[in-house]
Amino acid sequence: MPTKIEKDSVTGTDTTGHVWDGVRELNTPLPKWWLYTFIACIVFALGQMLLYPSVPYGVGYFHGLLGYSQRKSVDKAVAEVTALRGQSLQAIQKASFAEIQADPKLLATAMTAGRIAFAENCQPCHGAGGGGRLGYPALAAGAWIWGGKLPEIQQTLIHGIRSGDPDARDSQMPKFGVDGLLKPEQIGQIAEYVMTLYGTPVPNVDVAPGKALFAENCAACHGLNGEGKREVGAPRLASKVHLNGLSRADVVAQINNPRMGVMPAWNTRLNEATIKSLALYVHAFGGGE
Amino acid sequence: MSDITADAMPMMAHAPARVVVYNERIVKNAVIMAMFWGVVAFTVGVYLALELCWPAFNLGYSFTNFGRLRPVHTSAAIFAFGGTALIGTSFHVVQRTCRTRLFGGDALASFVFWGYQFFIVMAALSYVMGFSQSREYAEPEWYIDIWLTVVWVAYLIVFLGTLMMREEPHIYVANWFYLAFIVTVAMLHIGNNLAIPVSFFGAKSYSAFSGAQDALIQWWYGHNAVGFFLTAGFLGMMYYFIPKAANRPVYSYRLSIVHFWSLIFLYIWAGPHHLHWTALPDWAQTLGMAFSIMLWMPSWGGMINGLMTLSGAWDKLRTDPGLRFSVTAVGFYGMSTFEGPVMSIRDVNALAHYTDWVVGHVHSGALGWVAFISFGAIYYLVPVLWKRTGLFSNKLAAWHYWIATLGIVFYITSLWVAGIMQGLMWRAYDQYGFLQYSFVESVVAVHPYYVIRMVGGLLFLTGALIMVYNLIRTVNSPTTAPAAALRVGA
Repeated sequence: MPTKIEKDSVTGTDTTGHVWDGVRELNTPLPKWWLYTFIACIVFALGQMLLYPSVPYGVGYFHGLLGYSQRKSVDKAVAEVTALRGQSLQAIQKASFAEIQADPKLLATAMTAGRIAFAENCQPCHGAGGGGRLGYPALAAGAWIWGGKLPEIQQTLIHGIRSGDPDARDSQMPKFGVDGLLKPEQIGQIAEYVMTLYGTPVPNVDVAPGKALFAENCAACHGLNGEGKREVGAPRLASKVHLNGLSRADVVAQINNPRMGVMPAWNTRLNEATIKSLALYVHAFGGGE
Repeated sequence: MSDITADAMPMMAHAPARVVVYNERIVKNAVIMAMFWGVVAFTVGVYLALELCWPAFNLGYSFTNFGRLRPVHTSAAIFAFGGTALIGTSFHVVQRTCRTRLFGGDALASFVFWGYQFFIVMAALSYVMGFSQSREYAEPEWYIDIWLTVVWVAYLIVFLGTLMMREEPHIYVANWFYLAFIVTVAMLHIGNNLAIPVSFFGAKSYSAFSGAQDALIQWWYGHNAVGFFLTAGFLGMMYYFIPKAANRPVYSYRLSIVHFWSLIFLYIWAGPHHLHWTALPDWAQTLGMAFSIMLWMPSWGGMINGLMTLSGAWDKLRTDPGLRFSVTAVGFYGMSTFEGPVMSIRDVNALAHYTDWVVGHVHSGALGWVAFISFGAIYYLVPVLWKRTGLFSNKLAAWHYWIATLGIVFYITSLWVAGIMQGLMWRAYDQYGFLQYSFVESVVAVHPYYVIRMVGGLLFLTGALIMVYNLIRTVNSPTTAPAAALRVGA
């Protein structure tokens, strides 16, 4: 089809003379502002390439006039904040628990450090405010398994529980059902007795046989009245705060094939002063002794 | 829609020699499937937004889990909805602007279309069953990738063949963009999916690349999926449907040439900006940033050509709801192609990276640009393809427009706030040098904005459902039948 250049009546601009399915094109020049902005962007981009690491060659690359390196800039930022934090942490590390508690400013620093360390590391299992959940001990309720005094909490944090650390808190509950130490009906009887300890007895059940079995098999660690024993991490059973649930089925499951919690040894991840701060923070939830 | 009949006249005047019968059935099929996939994509998107607000919506089943549904949403939006709209409109545009029926016969065109639909279904099923290469926007495993390659080569043959058989002396600008989209997506798809299957009968495969190289290949692909699938392809759509609906000449032929070639050349290098502050070498990051900044004006060339084409026809925005979608799409396109280069700057990226700002940015492009330009094209196409006198209801289309626009505004503003807040919370230190917020606290803080985002998505979905109703009525209501118009005319 012959090219036929026309003048557009609205803009007064010539068309290119092409027509496709009724669509024409104007021969408008490039908008000046567009062209100049485009050139400015190219200049800016080339400037960036001159100042910062950019063009690769063979095994190396042009490092840029500023000598910038991302690794260096991150290291610098990390060093700055580490130095700032270091002053606070050093003071905490040097002081004893009693000294920190006596110094309001130092205590505030420790609680700040403890709060964020708790939120990032502990909260996923123990819950906000140390409320705990099924299988993960509550820290706010005073139901301590391994001890609630500051040095005890600190010890638990440093070495962990069943963590593989030689100084870890460690103990094993026998698998009474799985290993055939007790018959299923005996386990049921013990569970029914344990339920009386925290005040939700199963109605119309004679707990005497369960009590006898408990005394024989469980009392060594959990105490005759279910008061628990912290030296071996045997939880107090005469309490509404139960690690693995309060129902009969929960108790039976625990006697049959016990689950035993694991907590990492935090000294592999956190420094001494942070752990100290964490102990203070956890202690202050309301269960501290 | 009297515009359409009016501007069909000059075409007739120029083409008296031969009457070409176009393959419109394939375009009709594409319009139907695009709307179907659009509703699927938006519905799954809203559901995922619900899961993010209230994780209980994961329901505890593996196949309703966020991790499996998320690629269903992204693939449904980009490849199913967007891809089907692109294939359909490209077949429409290339036939009309070349004045020739599709090359290779109807069977080849049907193979491309239904083969592509089969790819989508296979991909979606594989995601919910838990198969994934774990490459964002390239999740399908090797056997699906091979199928798509076959379909895509057939698509290229149809498109290129039609261009070569054209009855017009020149190739229209829309076709340059469609062709760039088809060719580059083929290259990206093959490059990023080079993988070695574990066994001939097993779904699992491993990438041919490893470490930072693998990440760079993935984001060379990922960013150019944005560049050539979601930008070049839809610019092709824009270059046909805006001048047609406005019945005005394209603003500047020169601008279309310069911005086409600069866009094509610069886009392909911008991928490394997705890997700022990672193990990717500094020099590659700087180049990714530099090319992203240079890309700003080439992207805006399309916006200028789209908007300025309306000069002398701005009044049509009041009467043509389809054109209103197209023009608003170009506005969102301009906004997100400015936001992109800004986010690619290393120090801005230090704040934006890994936050919901990125998600908001993607959606201002996906909802505002990709979906709106497609809605505009489909509102134009349905009366044309089904030979109706116009839309069933311009009023309903106007409702769709306002509801969807409000939805986008809810969506992107809430995620701007959420994203920038996350970025600031993650980097905040107190006076002792301790982190001020834990990660969980930043999750809690964005919850209200996630709810607003979900409401935005729900509005967008509602608008699309109104559109589906309006289109069905357009096709089968007696009020839009040509005979009815004749009666009125008489």
